[in-house]
Order: sequence, then C-alpha cells, then structure tokens
Amino acid sequence: MPEYWDPLIERMPVEELKKVQEDKLKQLVRYVYDHSPFYRKQFDEAGISPDDIQSLADVKKLPFTVKQDLRDTYPTGMFCVPQKQVVRYHASSGTTGKPTVVGYTENDVKEWSTSLARGLTSIGVGREDVIQVGYGYGLFTGGLGLHYGTEMVGASAIPTSSGNTERQIELMQDLGSTAIACTPSYFLHINEVTKKMGISIANDTKLKCGIFGAEPWSEEMRRRIEEQTGIKAYDIFGTSEISGPLFTECTYQDGIHIWADQFLIEVIDPMTGEPLPDGERGELVVTTLVKEALPLIRYRIGDLTVIKSEPCKCGRTHPRIMRILGRTDDMIIVRGINVFPGQVEAVLMGIPEVAEHYQLIVEREGELDRLTVQVEVTENVFSDKISDLMKLEKKVGKALHTVLNITGKVELVEPGTIPRSMGKAQRVIDKRNM
Amino acid sequence: MEDKLIKQISIFAENKPGRLEEITGQLKSAGINIRAFTIAEAGDFGVLRMVVDKPDKAHSVLHDAGFTVSETDVLGVEMSDSPGGLHDIATVLGANNINVDYAYAFATATENALLIIRVNDISNAIKVLNRTGVVLIGIEDVK
Repeated sequence: MPEYWDPLIERMPVEELKKVQEDKLKQLVRYVYDHSPFYRKQFDEAGISPDDIQSLADVKKLPFTVKQDLRDTYPTGMFCVPQKQVVRYHASSGTTGKPTVVGYTENDVKEWSTSLARGLTSIGVGREDVIQVGYGYGLFTGGLGLHYGTEMVGASAIPTSSGNTERQIELMQDLGSTAIACTPSYFLHINEVTKKMGISIANDTKLKCGIFGAEPWSEEMRRRIEEQTGIKAYDIFGTSEISGPLFTECTYQDGIHIWADQFLIEVIDPMTGEPLPDGERGELVVTTLVKEALPLIRYRIGDLTVIKSEPCKCGRTHPRIMRILGRTDDMIIVRGINVFPGQVEAVLMGIPEVAEHYQLIVEREGELDRLTVQVEVTENVFSDKISDLMKLEKKVGKALHTVLNITGKVELVEPGTIPRSMGKAQRVIDKRNM
Repeated sequence: MEDKLIKQISIFAENKPGRLEEITGQLKSAGINIRAFTIAEAGDFGVLRMVVDKPDKAHSVLHDAGFTVSETDVLGVEMSDSPGGLHDIATVLGANNINVDYAYAFATATENALLIIRVNDISNAIKVLNRTGVVLIGIEDVK
C-alpha cells in the first residue's frame, strides 16, 4: 500500500510548488482571455491584460467570479472549449436559484480523478479496498466523481448511489465494503437501519472508513460517528463548479489537503474582498489552474474557512483548509444574527443526550423571527419524569444561547420524526420565504 | 419486596392527533390489556403512563415500533373507595416523609379503588404502607 499517490508532487518543497502555480496561473489567464468571451470581457472591463499577471501575488488583480456568473451565462457561456472537446456535463439542481452547468474535457476528468486518487491514498485506501459509493449518481457530481477516483486507485467501486438502504447494507456485508462515501447524514441513517436489522457496523462489516461530505458536518458529529461505528470518518470537500468532490483529509484528520498544482486558494474578507493572511478565517476563493472546459478564476464558493500553509505531519506540503464552518448560502439570518447550521450542530452534538438527527425551523411571527430546534428523544435519555425532559429542553436552549446568542425554542420530538436523508440533509426549514 | 413492584410502561409522545391511536393500536394487536392509564402533557410533548398485564411484551412491542419507551417501578395501592380513602394513604406517606412524584387513580368494580404512585423512596414506602396495613397490589394482581 503506497503512502502517496504521487510522492514527487505531493511532497514538493513549497517554493517549487509556488513556482509551478505561478507558471500555471500565467498560462491560465492567457488561456481564458483567448478562449472565453466572458473572461475577455471581464478582464477588459477591469482594465486587466494577461500580461499584468507576472507573479502569484498578481492574482489579487484579477476580478472574482461568482455563481451568478454561471447562471447569467447558462448553460455554457463561460466555457473555453467547444462541445466536441467536452466529454461530460454535470448540472446543479438549481434548488437555490437557476441551475448551473459544468463541463469537463477528457483531461479535466483525469485531473479530477487524480485529485481524488491522491486523497484516497492519503487515507489508506487503495487496491485492496472496496468502496461503496453512496453519493447520488447522475447530474450530481458526487457519485461519478468518487467512482472515477476509486477506479483510478484500483479499488473496487460499488456504485450503489444513495437510497435503498437495506440493499446497501446487504452489499456492504456480501462484498465486504471497507470504505463508504456518502453524506454524513445518510451514513447516520444507514447506521440506524443496520441496528434495526440486528447488524453492527463495527462487528459485522469490514468497513474501516467513511468519506463524508456534500454537507457541512462538525467535529462533534465525527466523534460520534467514530465512536458508534468504529470507523474512521474523513471529511471530503469540493463543489460542482470547480469539478465536484476533490479534496480529502489525510489520516491525521488535520485539515483538507488542497492540491496546489491544480488549484490556487486564497482566503478573503467577505466584506471587502481583501486577501487575508494565513490562519485568519474568511471566505475561500479558488482558482482552477488546470481545468480546460470551464476554468474558474478567483471563484467565490462562499465557504468560510482558514488556510494552513505549513506542511502536514503526513509529509504533504500542499496547503490545507480547516473544517468548513458553512457556506454563506446555508447561512440563515435570525433576528439579525448570522446562524450557520454547522454551528448549531456543534452545539447540539456537544450535548450527550441529544441524538444525531435534528432540524432547525425558522418562522416569522408578525415582525419577529422565531427559531425552533427539533431534537429527537431516544430511550437512552427518556426517564419517564417530565421534569427531566424539561431540563433537557432548557439545557439545549441555554447551550444554543451561549454559543449563538440567540434564543430558540427547543422542541423534543419522537425518534424518526425528523426526515432521514439519502443525500444532503435538509437541516434548515425556512418557512419565512414559503 | 419485588412482587409488590409494578412495572409501569412510560412512552414519550408528541402532543398531536393520532399518537394515542398508534400506541393503543400496537397494544391491541399484541393482545395487551391496559389496566391503568394516564397522559401527562408538557406543551409539545406528553408522557403516557400505563399499567398493563404484560409489561415486558408491551415494552418490546412499542420499542420495536419505534417509540421511546421506558419501564418504571411504581406502587399499586389499594384504597377504600369512600370519603377519606386517598387521605388515609397520603397521611401515611406524608408522616413518613415520602414524596409522591406523580399519581393516578381509578375506581374498580369492587369497593376499593386503585392508586398508582411513583415515590422518591420506593422501599421505604412499601415498608410504611405494609406496616399500616395498606394493601399493595403486586404485579400478579394486575394480570
């Protein structure tokens, strides 16, 4: 089992990596200027010429791109290649607006898979492994993305997609899945169903790790998943606009490795757009250095994170981003206070009596926003005494208030009441816009 | 002492239409007879408490149906179905510093009524009630 997929690149000295990035950035700006009317217009309007980009530091001269640009140019107005070079399209569901389309050349798919092959290798997954791909296959990038990465490292992919949970568990046992890739909330559901079937993931399956992403999840949730199922739970990050799932943690679980020969990342102040120094929390901005079909320059995904530049204990020299707190898209504003579902999760999962399924409901009563947090009451905490249940309600309410500075109503609900998700969990129901 | 304890079934339920129907439906199809029953409500949720003829079976049936269920030891006290009946019991408990967490009672076809109580000190409660000649209904008596 190799320790690295590509040791030369993954362990390249930082200065050399920066040189690689600089060369690729210079080529990229020339490429997009020559091939995409969108970028040509954008550069011209900003008074920027590709020749102005001579060093990595010059990246801040370039204008940002945002999701709205992809919507405005729907379907393929930002592409740099004609259809005959596109080997695949993916499209977003458009749940938060008009859908967006992403295209890939043959090389784009290869680079995407390579990124995942490095990540899978870094969590000890390779030829000896059977990876159950429980992300949705189809227009969503999760399923096919992981699938190609799995095949590249030579592991066996089981393309279960999401749903049909009992069959998933049957296959997990019969084919001896050693890894599963899905949303953390779907894995929680799988775990619930295994228990009902009288199966223990820890004792009755070969599962050793999970590759969880596509929704924000907290360190507290990781701890619970690992404790309850005996597997290692790794975070995976990506977004359809920049390819799909791309980057993972390594076995040290200390940040997600971003491959610097493929992507250039910055963290900016979301208000001013000014770059922030390493270690400061801000909005993640990604430039795709090698994408051909749909390169993105200084793309604002909307994720809030911190960059760590020092090399990882695993020996990889590429920068890492620390656990994503949330995407600005997911942020809800309740009575003027910014609330990230991820923050609420961290609070809830820090209370041992609270089970893993929860939901936030935001309503408007007259002029006032009202936040209700629903948590399920399991038999471990149910004592028959109403006073104990009320204490639990108070405890949760107090913890939320301490961390979020917001008063919410806590509602105890029966197990199974909160809908189980096969894909991205819907943690927030905002009834104010319904 | 064991034979004087009654295993009460407690169920956590959301306060909304149809929950009681669902719970009692499960018990009906399992052939379980409810001997005493009460609902305590606390806003959005309630706790159903009941004494049944087959508590262990009731527990597993409801648990398997996905309910949050617990079993709690309570006392079944026989009291005179006449003025002052409850007062006599309360006097014994009060005099012996035993606190009643909750209680529910109902008349029976006999001249006695049945009082179900959960107390803070169950073994002491059994002792003092026995000493004063109060009859405790055991698990065998509710079958």
